[in-house]
Amino acid sequence: MSVLYIAIPVALGIAGLALWAFARSVREGQLDDLETPAMRILHDDDGVRPPEE
Amino acid sequence: MPLTPCDHCGIPTPAGAPEAVEDSAGTFCCSGCATAYALIHSCGLEAFYGFADETRTVQSKPLRYAEFDRDDFLEAHSTLEASGDRVVTLGIDGMHCAACVWLLERLPQVVPGVSEARVNWRRATLTVHWTPGQAQLSSIADRVAKLGYRPFPLVSATTARGDQAGNRSRIIQLALAFAAAGNNMLIATGLYLGAFSHMSDGMLGLLRWASCIVGVFSLLGPGRTFFRGALAALRSRSPHMDLPVALGLAIGGIAGLVNTVLGQGEIYFDTLSVLVFLLLLGRWMQVRQQKRAASALDVLYRVTPRIAHRVDDDGVHDVPGDVLVAGDRVEVRVGDVVPADGEIIGGVTTCDQSVLTGESVPVTLRVGDQAAAGTTNLGAVIRMRVRAVGAATRIGSVLEEVERASTQRAPIVRFADRIAGWFVAYVLLAAGITFGVWMTLDASVAVDHTVALLIVACPCALGLATPLAISVALGRAARRKILVKGGEALQHLSKPGQLWLDKTGTITQGEMTVVQWHGDDADFARLAALEAQVVHPIATAVVRHAERLALPRPQAKVEAGVGGVTGMAGGHRIVAGHAGFVAQACGTPIPERFMKPATAWVHEGHSPLFVARDGEVVGVCALGDPIRDDARATVNALRERGWTVGILSGDHPSVVRSVGIQLGLEPEDCRGGLLPQDKVRIVEQRDASGPTVMVGDGVNDSGALMAATVGVAVRNGAEASMRAAPVYLGRPDLGALLELLDGARNTVKTIRITLGISLAYNAIAVTLAGLGTMSPLVAALLMPASSLSVIAVAISRRFVKSGV
Repeated sequence: MSVLYIAIPVALGIAGLALWAFARSVREGQLDDLETPAMRILHDDDGVRPPEE
Repeated sequence: MPLTPCDHCGIPTPAGAPEAVEDSAGTFCCSGCATAYALIHSCGLEAFYGFADETRTVQSKPLRYAEFDRDDFLEAHSTLEASGDRVVTLGIDGMHCAACVWLLERLPQVVPGVSEARVNWRRATLTVHWTPGQAQLSSIADRVAKLGYRPFPLVSATTARGDQAGNRSRIIQLALAFAAAGNNMLIATGLYLGAFSHMSDGMLGLLRWASCIVGVFSLLGPGRTFFRGALAALRSRSPHMDLPVALGLAIGGIAGLVNTVLGQGEIYFDTLSVLVFLLLLGRWMQVRQQKRAASALDVLYRVTPRIAHRVDDDGVHDVPGDVLVAGDRVEVRVGDVVPADGEIIGGVTTCDQSVLTGESVPVTLRVGDQAAAGTTNLGAVIRMRVRAVGAATRIGSVLEEVERASTQRAPIVRFADRIAGWFVAYVLLAAGITFGVWMTLDASVAVDHTVALLIVACPCALGLATPLAISVALGRAARRKILVKGGEALQHLSKPGQLWLDKTGTITQGEMTVVQWHGDDADFARLAALEAQVVHPIATAVVRHAERLALPRPQAKVEAGVGGVTGMAGGHRIVAGHAGFVAQACGTPIPERFMKPATAWVHEGHSPLFVARDGEVVGVCALGDPIRDDARATVNALRERGWTVGILSGDHPSVVRSVGIQLGLEPEDCRGGLLPQDKVRIVEQRDASGPTVMVGDGVNDSGALMAATVGVAVRNGAEASMRAAPVYLGRPDLGALLELLDGARNTVKTIRITLGISLAYNAIAVTLAGLGTMSPLVAALLMPASSLSVIAVAISRRFVKSGV
């Protein structure tokens, strides 16, 4: 069971990392709009010509 | 050719157009709309059309966006990046699907100098990054418009940003609290199980320290808001729910920390972490449910049109409504909303000023008269010189009144907060007695027992009960198309008081209808043929009545449409209008047999419309705004529930009184001829015994809706009144009002029950802790049990008896 002396602090550290990542993504606005990116990913980038003017 | 709005998208569709679809379901502009309509109906989602009224717009030709390049406009609406690029967020009208997102985000490929374009689908906005030297905002907007969308500047960009930051930080705090609570519960499980299986001292210490670290993180991180709230409550000497919460958290935290360091006694961090999370959850739900009340500026923006036809030296140009300045000349077409206050310099027309005055009969305006922003031009094309724009207009001052009323509203003490003071006193008293008694019995456990009591007394379920019951009620009300913006409104509506109803559009149907016709049907058909070519509420009423009677429609040509209507119909010369107009046109007074019913109608609150054929008066019809079918029953039901009901209206006092009599109201409670300011004044004269509720629909009501304890806006009302009122009834029947009041009473009852449950749990827990029989395991079970039963009760109670 002595492995827990290492495992618990490591687990808490990983949880802290995950929280930091979550807070960062919220603060940067990655979670503000949950709908548009889902539409965006379906789009192909090719097939667009510059306008003829 | 008659134009019927497409039943799906609202675009006017000419009858018999090649692509139009007309079937038993309705009229559609194209087969795509017909399919969408059928699909929506087959899924049982017809409610869409009720909610979507305001959003369905009609496209017209692109505007001129030259003003977007003005320095002051750029300064107000866009921000400068460090790279020298500018960023603007524009609202976009006309986005429908993923294809629109795709199209708009290809803007950098279409307009040189644009580096990025991002759509936010939910908020219908487009954020554009561009390099000022290489592209101009006007050309970007122009390109977006040519793609078929309508870009417009967002007025509330800065306030929205502040709101967003607050929302983000709340979500982060909630996530931190949740992570801490979850981890601490895992650790606590280890500790409780370890107590049975004789865990080694080293392992025990590890788990206790881990729990301590997570707990302290939870208290000082997301839990900080409670300490801040408690400090503020102490400073302002107003009891607040944060005070007992902070007390429990602080004492538990300190005792837990001391015991962790000493390596003996209870640590309370698992309970404390869960507590912080549940309390934050309750608070977050409450904030989320309460929709942000928009500023008066935002409302103003919605009332005045987005497009104005400005008369420049080189012709008439369409420009966004908010770039007009005093001195500009603008053209206002038939059916348009007047974009600014100003003097008419060309044309004669009638104008629907109900938005300002509440008067449903249009007013005739000539050269030299003042036209007001927000009113609707019904008669003919006019030109006017702009005198005032934006907040300086009459409608702007009405909306400022709204703002004033909203800021002067007395701050409302939240329901649970009122008992918080008593709660603190009770907890402290119990703690004092426990400590005193145990000191005399066994001094070594006195501190432990007292701390245990203070922690179990922490009002977790109490803090959860009110927000939960309210958010459940708001959700259920919304399903019945009653939108309530905050729990306070429900709490106020639970007790009967004074209820003021607006007349036009609230008690009545809000549109002119032909109540009676005294004359020959053939003459009415001729009149209707003529009126079909005029834009006016009276004309619409006449045409609708003729369609209902299925009268034939002869050939007709309007010659003049101001003050009355004159023209040829079916080979006869028809003149229609008020008595003076028709008498003058015929050269003879109105015969007695038509004058007599007309006089009687006026007393009933209807307006007579006389009709002459070839110089001879041949008929008269009564036009009125009929009372809704359920109005009388609703008023009776309201009075049964103990409410005092009255009418406030801008219409003529005799009309208001006759409506009041039909509803069975006391004549002195039916007040007519009121200006918006008068309504505010009357509503503000509330008495202390109960709430003052205002029910109305127009912008002219919005000041009163704000000034009332609770304002209730009704369906089809002006946007301003919807924003001003904390409650919006999305159904045309007045029965929704009764449901709202019953639902409010039920909700407050639910809150009382849940508060009772949580207080009962609390009393048991405090008693056990005081007696020294509260083991940590019992505490760990009792806390979630109380929260769960509160949640169960709040969810299982109905909003109103018959239904959800």
